[in-house]
Order: sequence, then structure tokens, then C-alpha cells
Amino acid sequence: MLRLPDFTYVRPRTLAEASGALQELGDEAMAVAGGTDVYPKMKRGQFTPRYLVSLSRIEEHRGIRRVEGRGLWIGAGETLSAVAGHETVRRAFPALADAAGLVSTLQLRNAGTIGGNLFVDTRCNYYDQSFFWRQAVGFCLKKDGDICLVAPKSRVCLAICSSDTAPVLSSLGAEAVLVSAQGSREVPLDTLYRDDGIDYLAKRPEELLQGVWVPEESFGWRNVYLKLRRRGSFDFPVLGVAAALRTDASGTCEGAKIVLTAVASAPKVVVDAPGALCGRPVDATAIDEAAELAMRVSHPLDNADMDYWYRKRMTRVYVTRALRRLADAGETAGGADASPA
Amino acid sequence: MSSENLSSETIAGKRLLRLLVNGESHEVACRVTHSLLEVLREEMGLTGTKHGCELGECGTCTVLVDGQPVYSCLMLAVEAEGPEITTVEGLAQGGRPHPLQRAFSDLSAAQCGYCIPGILLAAKALLDKQPDPARADIEEALSGNLCRCTGYTKIIEAVEQAVAQTNEPHE
Amino acid sequence: MRKRMSPMSRDGKKNGFSVIGKPLPRIDGPAKCAGDTRYADDIVMPRMLFSRLLRSPHPHALIHGVSVRRALELPGVHAVITGEDVPTKFGIMPSTQDEEALAVDKVRYVGDPVAAVAAVSEDVAEEALRLIDVDYQVLAPILSIEGALEAEDHRIHAWNRRANIQKAVSFEFGEVDAGFEAADEIFEGTYFFQGNTHLPMEQYCALATYTPDGKLTLWSSTQTPHYVHRALSRVLDLPMGHIRVIATPVGGGFGGKSDPFSHEIAVAKLAMITGRPVKITLNREESFYVHRGRHPVKMWMRTGVKRDGTLTGMWFRSFLDGGGYSSYGLATVYYTGALQTVTYDLPAYKFEGVRVFTNKPPCGPKRGHGTPQPRFAMEVQLDEIADKLGLDPVELRLKQVVEPNTVTVNGLRVSTIGLRECIEKVAASSGWKEKHRLLPPGHGVGFAASSYISGAGLPIYWNDMPHSGVQLRADRGGGVTVFCGSTEIGQGSDSILAFAVAEELGLRPEDVRVVTADTDLTPVDLGSYSSRVTVMTGNAAIQACGNLRERLFEVASEVLEVPADDLEMEDGRVRSRSLPDRGLAFAECVERAETRFGTLGATGSYRPPRHPGDYKGAGVGPTPAYSYSAAVVELHCDSDTGEIRIDKVWIAHDCGRAFNPLWVQGQVEGSVYMALGEVLMEEQIFRKSGVHKIPSILEYKSPTTLETPPIETILVETDDPEGPFGAKEAGQGPLLPVIPAVSNAVYDAVGVRIHEIPVTPDKILRALDQRLKDPTVPSFEFPTPIRWAPGQGVEVPQKS
Ligand SMILES: Cc1cc2nc3c(=O)[nH]c(=O)nc-3n(C[C@H](O)[C@H](O)[C@H](O)COP(=O)(O)OP(=O)(O)OC[C@H]3O[C@@H](n4cnc5c(N)ncnc54)[C@H](O)[C@@H]3O)c2cc1C
Ligand code: SF4
Ligand code: FES
Ligand code: FES
Repeated sequence: MLRLPDFTYVRPRTLAEASGALQELGDEAMAVAGGTDVYPKMKRGQFTPRYLVSLSRIEEHRGIRRVEGRGLWIGAGETLSAVAGHETVRRAFPALADAAGLVSTLQLRNAGTIGGNLFVDTRCNYYDQSFFWRQAVGFCLKKDGDICLVAPKSRVCLAICSSDTAPVLSSLGAEAVLVSAQGSREVPLDTLYRDDGIDYLAKRPEELLQGVWVPEESFGWRNVYLKLRRRGSFDFPVLGVAAALRTDASGTCEGAKIVLTAVASAPKVVVDAPGALCGRPVDATAIDEAAELAMRVSHPLDNADMDYWYRKRMTRVYVTRALRRLADAGETAGGADASPA
Repeated sequence: MSSENLSSETIAGKRLLRLLVNGESHEVACRVTHSLLEVLREEMGLTGTKHGCELGECGTCTVLVDGQPVYSCLMLAVEAEGPEITTVEGLAQGGRPHPLQRAFSDLSAAQCGYCIPGILLAAKALLDKQPDPARADIEEALSGNLCRCTGYTKIIEAVEQAVAQTNEPHE
Repeated sequence: MRKRMSPMSRDGKKNGFSVIGKPLPRIDGPAKCAGDTRYADDIVMPRMLFSRLLRSPHPHALIHGVSVRRALELPGVHAVITGEDVPTKFGIMPSTQDEEALAVDKVRYVGDPVAAVAAVSEDVAEEALRLIDVDYQVLAPILSIEGALEAEDHRIHAWNRRANIQKAVSFEFGEVDAGFEAADEIFEGTYFFQGNTHLPMEQYCALATYTPDGKLTLWSSTQTPHYVHRALSRVLDLPMGHIRVIATPVGGGFGGKSDPFSHEIAVAKLAMITGRPVKITLNREESFYVHRGRHPVKMWMRTGVKRDGTLTGMWFRSFLDGGGYSSYGLATVYYTGALQTVTYDLPAYKFEGVRVFTNKPPCGPKRGHGTPQPRFAMEVQLDEIADKLGLDPVELRLKQVVEPNTVTVNGLRVSTIGLRECIEKVAASSGWKEKHRLLPPGHGVGFAASSYISGAGLPIYWNDMPHSGVQLRADRGGGVTVFCGSTEIGQGSDSILAFAVAEELGLRPEDVRVVTADTDLTPVDLGSYSSRVTVMTGNAAIQACGNLRERLFEVASEVLEVPADDLEMEDGRVRSRSLPDRGLAFAECVERAETRFGTLGATGSYRPPRHPGDYKGAGVGPTPAYSYSAAVVELHCDSDTGEIRIDKVWIAHDCGRAFNPLWVQGQVEGSVYMALGEVLMEEQIFRKSGVHKIPSILEYKSPTTLETPPIETILVETDDPEGPFGAKEAGQGPLLPVIPAVSNAVYDAVGVRIHEIPVTPDKILRALDQRLKDPTVPSFEFPTPIRWAPGQGVEVPQKS
């Protein structure tokens, strides 16, 4: 039986305390919420913290509620099941409900949190292996080694962002609320990610996520999330496409955002997509253009399930399908009619 | 670091836990590193809960925590204090097998049987929430449990049979 | 030796049986559903120690020394052993004993065990492994079939004659050149079947005790306790009488728990050294290294046909990537060429096969052992032939189904064959005629048929003893216990025994106690492999019941004053057929018989009939009875993504008499499932460094409920004279047709032929782009063929 190595378990009551503990304990400590990412990785020796700072007893980062004029608040400590099943989320942000509901399995979603999902470690099939395996192959940059085994010439780790919910929340313009002993700050979720497989979060290690705001404006946006993977459950995304857009009464696109997951170390915003989509109807030409742009910035590598050329090619297909779905949904879908929870 | 500096709770080494398992309260000495799976099997002798990966990838260790299915291999025992835990040993009531157990047995849905405890619990969680599920709901609810023997066919039929029997008007 | 009671002659009952053929539950269901069944890892013992194995991180290396000193100094460590402690070689096949429990001077794959520790906990044992120093001299690994054939002076093993060739075989049955000359068209193709593994949900586990009386006991999750018994005796140098092997209920095997294993020998040795119980449970990653799964096989097939589709000859070549050791490989290579002849008439057939060593985990028997790969090649080629000749693939097969009681061109005796009915029924219920080539674009149906053995005709080691033995005990309270060495791996073998005995003695299955798989208590059964269990243990049980019944009838006939041949056993009574109210309770009858004869017991045993083939190599292929299957798969394939969704599988299986329809369906459904995993996603694949690419149950993809389609099972009953109550196998055969049927359905759906397993989305897209190359086969000089044809050899008449 695989077991956890020894650690000391710290269980604070507030985020400030938790952050304080993380700061004090430094490199030797790690925050843990549902543990569905942390524990397997500790069992395989990928994470080797001597202290775990548990967020399980903290109330401040819970709750999902609509705040009129502000948007939808989603506490980082809510389970993926809670997010996926929440009425408002389902009605206004089906992309988020789907993304959360497509993470692995029901059992895992009952334990895993959305906070943990947003900050889930990057993945690589040279890295997500046991100590024995990594030793046999030779350790890599991300843990215990000094070379990238996927791209030996690369100076940085290219492990892939594997969060399902991050691209969706990014596409909806979510703001993250971070808390530390020094106080709290609010930043666009997008800005929290770095395209670096090791240092993939642009925040201080002791900063904790209290939750995210999906802004009021996003309630009018139609949104969708499509996930590519081998099986209908268990599997991480090997490509995820989050798309959100808004059209005016005539069907002209007023705003659009496409964010990919599993094609880089961070959620990949297709920066040029709005240019291709906005100011005209979401028709086949516009969709083709946007899909082409998305494929161009999609750079899967040979470090996850399914061939990388295949995943790249699927970027176009999945983006096309995502946009087509939003276009077809017309005025009826999305969050326009979502009422306060 | 000294834990006293923190107002939070610090647990190291072993600890005496009070766990509520299958309706009984148990005191068990556990290491903080112990998963619920290890405590159930190794400290409490409840070996009905199985393990096939210990990484959250197979479903055989499924138990219910306050009625919700979770993987016991990924849950720390120290986090299991408080809620009600149900394992396969707790499915039968008063010596009478749960309708799911009866249906699984009647249809010979358990072949090697190794995945069955986890599947029974996942199925129970479904039926407790949704007494009359469609086939697609059953497939979805059991999609976090791998079975290598049955092709799931008899398993799904057994859940349907348990539903039918439970929903039958009592004579 | 065997005496068959004919239950057929009974009257008054539908189909003449009381429990056989009815959808009654398995006897182990309640315990399994209560979580009460004790699998190996559920056993704990006082003073138990825990073991872990140190495994090689190198695919190919010499060992110059192993130092265990630091490990032994670690507190909590009780013993550490290395290859020197257990140097005797072993292996499942007597002629290829090339395994060591712990590598002595060489490691041959990443994961090859090198040392074993016994310690107070798994954690300490694990820590101790890190303190063992191994001095390796790394050698270049050989990782492909081509690499193995080319590396003529770089060997993985020293014992075999030609470098890296474990076994090369060659046969010509009938005149294959003449066959091709008679053909109107010749078809040729190359095929590749990727390796895959069993992935039982239960991880390997074994526990050993060595008691002060010098007796060793091993509990193990094994399919073959008898062979483990023999290997332990050999390696540990203990008499078999001092060793007891108990197979615990196995949490899935599929062939993966059929070899004697390093971890079993290691815990036995550690128990002997420490005098304490020692347990080992391998983790999931290790199960990919233990492996013994499906061989990757490259194939080439040439078929000659008349314009109407009649087969005139076939030439088949297989190249098996065997991995680091022999395991069952000797049998596997023969199996890739054996069963091509038992489905359709084939007047001439040539087979050449070679199994090579590579520095990867050893391959062995997985469900269908060596036959899914050639079946894939053959059924896909037949589909292509039908297509090119403008024939319906179903009709093409129906035209030339083997007749019952045929001896095939390679000397296999086919007795009952329900293949025609299988094909007809599966075609009818799937609506084949309305669907084939007629479904909308992207949707397709595919067809294939197959055959499998109901138990190998020969034991693994040469002997003339029974393959299966049963002992029956009847006690004066009326209780009956059946003892048999067979191993319950989920297929239902314990229930088979209970039901066979219940049927024969007129009891209820729940009144029969079953004790199995314990070498101290139960007569030998060779194990749960080759689909042999129902046929062999069933026949042995019937014979034992017959022997017991004779005694019971003798006393009953006196008490009831009716002749013995007027007696029957039914409803827990021994009673007269002609005067049904004249009867005696079973318990009373037993009591009287015990009074008369003393303690009551009876034995029965079974040995398969001799087979007609008498050439060297004819031992692989014969069986008491062939099962047959035919499948139609309907799927749709997204031509933008290459993704396949299986809509439904219809499968008809000739299982002889359905011993129990529920259990047979269960076996069929499980086989279909495993086939779908193999054809769509499962792959045992390696990095260039020789390390397994994805040794986890997350990344090695096994279908979930969401990928598993509805399966419609049609049972075709043939009542085989050799089967117990007419039963044949059902546990492996139904896997076979599904794999080619999927490939054929993909062709029907999107018009591309995929000659490679698994059929993955990227391959489909490549094929649609016309960029998918056909697999290649290496060039190799096979030995001069052994020539044989029916009638040329000595015909040995069948016994029954
Ligand atoms: C078999 C398997 C399949 C999976 N499949 C998927 C999948 O399909 N898609 C997917 O997205 N994920 C998947 N996961 C990963 C993971 O389970 C989920 O992402 C889950 O949501 C993580 O949440 P958690 O609460 O368990 O995180 P934890 O494991 O507790 O934490 C994950 C990371 O987030 C940090 N963290 C957690 N909460 C906070 C916070 N409030 N503030 C700051 N940092 C925080 C932790 O320190 C840690 O670094 C899978 C995992 C497994 C084992
Ligand atoms: S991308 Fe390179 S450095 Fe990063 S985890 Fe994979 S192999 Fe290691
Ligand atoms: S043991 Fe596999 S999910 Fe827990
Ligand atoms: S019954 Fe064997 S794994 Fe499900």
C-alpha cells in the first residue's frame, strides 16, 4: 500500500493564521485543502513537505453566493461537487458547472476543492510518477533533477496546466481574492498564472486564495467548456477549451474570450480571438478564423496522454465546436436570465 | 518552529481519534499520516474496504462520508472525525442485507468481487439521493469505480433491480 | 476411468436438471457483497512482518555485487535476501526455467527484483530498500522485436540456442503452395497488436509462515497454486509435502496471476529465515512490471481464396515480443498459430512463429492467450477479402464453417460447433443486413467470429495424472463437502463445483460446502487458466458424485425395496422413479451408508481425451471442446476527431450447455469489456530508455461505465459430449471476435482500415489523411517446417 511520508499537520481556523504558518514554516510547508492533488503527489515523492497547513477547518473561504452589483462569489474551499451542483452556477455559468463536474470522478469532486483545482500542480508524464520511476528514468528539472526530459534543450519546465476550472474562470474574467497575514488583495485570476511548469503561480507562497468573484458583467455572457480526454471520467484534460462571448440583439459579437488548458504551463488566453470575433456575427468564417488562431498558440508536447500533434489538431476542432455551440445557443442560453441566488 | 506560536491546532505523530463508523463510535490511535483507508483496514479490521492504487485512480476504496462517496485513500483519518462514515460492513441493517447487496448477489454481479464494496457504496449514495435513477444516472454515478471483470453490465442491472424492488409497493 | 452419468435421461423436469441451466446466484455472492470475503491482503497474523522488493532501475545490466549491510542495520529490519539466497532457477514451463526469484547476476527489465526485505512495517521495509547498494554494470537494452533479431551477439539470456530467440517454430499442414495455386485471388497484409496488461483490481499479495515443525504455508493471490507449490519446492529445496499453498479468493486474474512469482518465493524464504509470518503486497506500479500480459505481436498473413470466397490456403507469420523471460511464451508462440483452423474450413495452412526476448517485463498469458492477435489479423483480412470480392462478410464465413466432428488440417478435433448458429443469430439480432454498408456516414457495423479452447489438452509439465481431482465427503448429518484444488478468480469456479454436486446428488447448492485451492486439503487441480476449470473440475465432480451415489443407492435400494437403477436423487431425497413416494431423506441415506460402509467419501478425476495430432508441437491447440463466438459491433466515429463511440455489441457464444446463464453472460460481458479496452485504449508501452511509459491505473486506460456500451449476449447451446452437463468454456473466447469487429466497423463507418491495435483517434485521423502506414514485419529465417496432414500421422482415437 502506498502511504504518506511523515509530516506534521497544522490546522488553523483562519486564513490569516494559515498564511502566517506558511510564512513561518517556509519551504518546508504546503497548504492542503481537499488533498486530492497533494496526497497522491506526496505518496509518489513529488511533494516532500514536512508540514501540511490544512485549510479544512477554515470557514472564511466557503460559500457560493450572488451579490447584486458585484457578481458571483465562489469560496475557494467549496468542493467541486458543490460548485458543479450550484443552481446559479448551472444557470449562469454552465461552462463552470461543466468544468467542475468533469474533473475526474464524483468521489474526487466530493473531496477536491475549487481552490485546489485552480492551483493544481502542473502535470507531465515524466513527473507524475513514483520516486522509483523517476529515479530509473533520471530526475528532471521540476523535481530533483537538472534537465527537462521532454525538451532537453529547454531551460524551463514545460509541464502542463491541467486545471479544468481555471480556463473557464479566466474566460469569465474572474477576480481572485488572496489573503495573507498582511491582508488581502484582489487580482484578475489571469494574472496569477505564469507559463513556467515549476513556478506556475504568480503569487507569494504564503498567499492563500479565499475565493473568486465572477463579475456582474459576465452574467450576460454565453459560455461553454469542452474537454478532451480518453475517458468520460478519471482523466485530466489533455485539452480544454473555455469560450465565452456576448452578442447584441442583432447577433453581432460584442465581446469574446477563449482560454485553453493543457496546451501550456498556464491557462492559455487566445489573445487574438476577440479581434477575430468581435464586431461581426459569430458565423462560420469568424469561427474558422478564431479556431485557426487558437490552434496557432496551442503547443502541446509529448508529455501527456494522446499524441501531441493530435492534441494540437484538436484545438481547432474543439474551439470550432465550442464557438458553434455558443453561436447556436443564440439568445436563449447563457446567463442573461440568471436571477440572484 | 514551535507550534505554540500558532493559535491553530498542530498534530504530529499519533493521536487518539473518535470515529463514527457504521453507526458505532470507535476510539482509534492513528498516525497523522494515516489515510482513512489505512485506519479502516489496518487499525479497525474493516477489510471490506479495498484498495487498488491508493492514488485516487480506481475507486475500490470508496466509502461514504456523511452519505457522500469519497476515496478513503485520499482522506486523512484526522479529517474523518465527526462525520458519519459508512463502509460496506455497514450496509446490512439488523442482519438483513441492503437491497443493493441482495440484487448484486442475486444477479451474480460480483465476479471476483474486489470492486464490489466500493461500487455498492457509490450506488447507495446515488439511490439515497435519487431513488429512481435512469440508466445514464447509474452509469454516471458508478463512473468513479473501475471493474475489470463484469463489463458493468450485471452491476448496472443489479442497481436497476434494487431500485425496482425498493420501489415496489410493500405487500 | 471416467464414467459419465447422463443427467439427460432424467425425466419430469424441464431440461432434466434441477439447478444446472437456471439463473441461480453464485454461492460466493453474499460474502462478496458483504465485504466479508478475505482476499490475501486482508489476512493479518500476529508478529507479521512486511516485505518489499528492490527492483532494478535498469532494463539490462549485470550485477557485480549487492551490499545489504546498511539495510540490515536499520532498526526494524529483520532480514534481507538477495539472489544468492534463492539462486535456483524456475519458470512455469519445464523446458524454459529461466527466472530467478531475485536476480543473481543480471537484470533483464526495469522492475526485475533484486533483493527483498522483511521488516516491522511497510514503511521500514521501503526505507531499507534505499539502503541496499547494488553494483550494476549497465548494458545496452534491447527493446524491439527487430532489435532482438538483429543483436546477434548481444544476448539477454545465455541458455537459448540463437541469440534472443526464445522459440521459433514452423509448420506446414497440407500443401500450402497448391492451396495458393488453386486460389483466384491472394490477399496479403501486415498487422500489429500492441501489448497490454491484465490490470486486475486486486494488487498481487502473498503471505508466508514457517512454523517450528518445519512446515511452510503460503497464502497467495494466485490462479495456479499447484504450480506455485512445485516452484517453491524446487527453489527452496523443501519437499512438497512440507509446503502448503493456499490460493486466497483472487481479486481478478485474467491470466496475470498464473506464474510462480518472485514475491511469493521471497516471502516464503523470508518467513523461513525469520520464523515469522511475512506478507508482501505489491503496489499498482509493480503490477505493470510483474505483467505477463498480452504479447505485442507483429503479423503477416497471406490468404488464398476462390472468387466465391472459399479459402484455399493460408500462410501466417507471427513475431512475438516476449519481454525479459520465458514465462508461458513457449505456449504463446504456438497459440498464435494454432486456432486459425477451427472456425472455417482451411485445406492448407502454413504457420511460422518466433518469440524473442527484449528488456521489458515478461509477457505471458492474458485472456485468450496468444489467440486474440492472430484472430484480429485473420478476421480483418477476411473482412477485406469479402469487401474486395463484393461478398457479405457474414456470408463469406457462413459458407465455410467447420462441420461438427471434423479433424482440421493441423490435427485438431472439433466435436460440437455452434458457430453457424452464433453467426446467424448475431447477424439477425443486430440487424446486420439492414446496417452493413447502409448506415449513415460515420456510423458502421463490423463482424467477426472466433473460437477458443475449453482447457488445454496437455498439462504444463509432462505427466499422465489427472488434470483435476475432486474429493467428496458426506457426513452423517447429511452435509456434503467438495474438495478441489481449483482456484476461484471471479469466474465462478467454486459455484461450478457446488452446483455440479448439488445437481448430481439432488441437493441445493447452498447445502454443499466447497473447499478449494489448498494443497494440504484439496486434490490437485492444475489451476485457473486456459478456460479449463468448468470442464475439468465439473467432470471430476460428476465422477466423484457417481461413486458416492453408488454406495448411497446400494443402501437405499435395500431400505426402499426398489432396484438401484430405479433410484434418483432429487429435492434432498433418494427416491424411486417409478414409485415417487418411496424415498429416503438424503441425510438418513448417508447415515445408513456410513453405518454400512464406514466413513463416506468419494473421489473423481478428469483427464482430457487424447488428440489426433502427433507431430512435435501438436500439444498446443487440442482441448476437450472448442467454444465459438461471433460478434457484431455498431459504432460511430467522428471523422473530425477520430473518436469512436461504441453504440452496442451483440455477441453470440457457443458455451456448450449454459451451466448457468447468468454466470455465462457475466463471463461474456466481461470478455467484451476487456476486448473493448484492448481495441480502444489499453497499451503496455515503454520509453526509449526501456521504462514503462505509464505504470498507473490512471494513465493505463481502462474503460469506465461511460465507455462501456450495452452488450447483448446470445447463448448458443450445443450440449458438448465432453463437457460436464454439456458445458464448454465462456471465460475467454468471447473476447476474441470483438477486437477485429471494432476494426471492421471502423472501416464500415469511415472507410479506413486500421491494422493496428489499439485503434486510437489519432490513428484514425492519420488513416483518413492517408498517412497511416501499415505495420512492418521483420525479415527472419524460420526453421524448416514440420510437415503434417491429417491421416498421415497416427490417429489416436478419442476416449469418450
Ligand atoms: C485521479 C485524479 C484525477 C484528477 N483529475 C483531474 C481533472 O480531470 N481535472 C482537474 O482539474 N484536476 C484533476 N485532478 C486534480 C485535483 O484532484 C483537482 O484539481 C482538485 O480540485 C484539487 O483540489 P484539492 O482541494 O484536493 O487540492 P489540494 O490537493 O488540497 O491542493 C492542490 C494545490 O492547491 C493548493 N491550494 C489548495 N487550496 C488553496 C487555497 N485556498 N489557497 C492557496 N492554495 C491552495 C495546495 O497547496 C496545492 O498546491 C485529479 C486528481 C486525481 C488524483
Ligand atoms: S516538462 Fe520537463 S522539467 Fe517539466 S516535469 Fe516534464 S520533464 Fe520535468
Ligand atoms: S485505492 Fe484506488 S482510488 Fe483509492
Ligand atoms: S468484480 Fe472483479 S473487479 Fe469488479
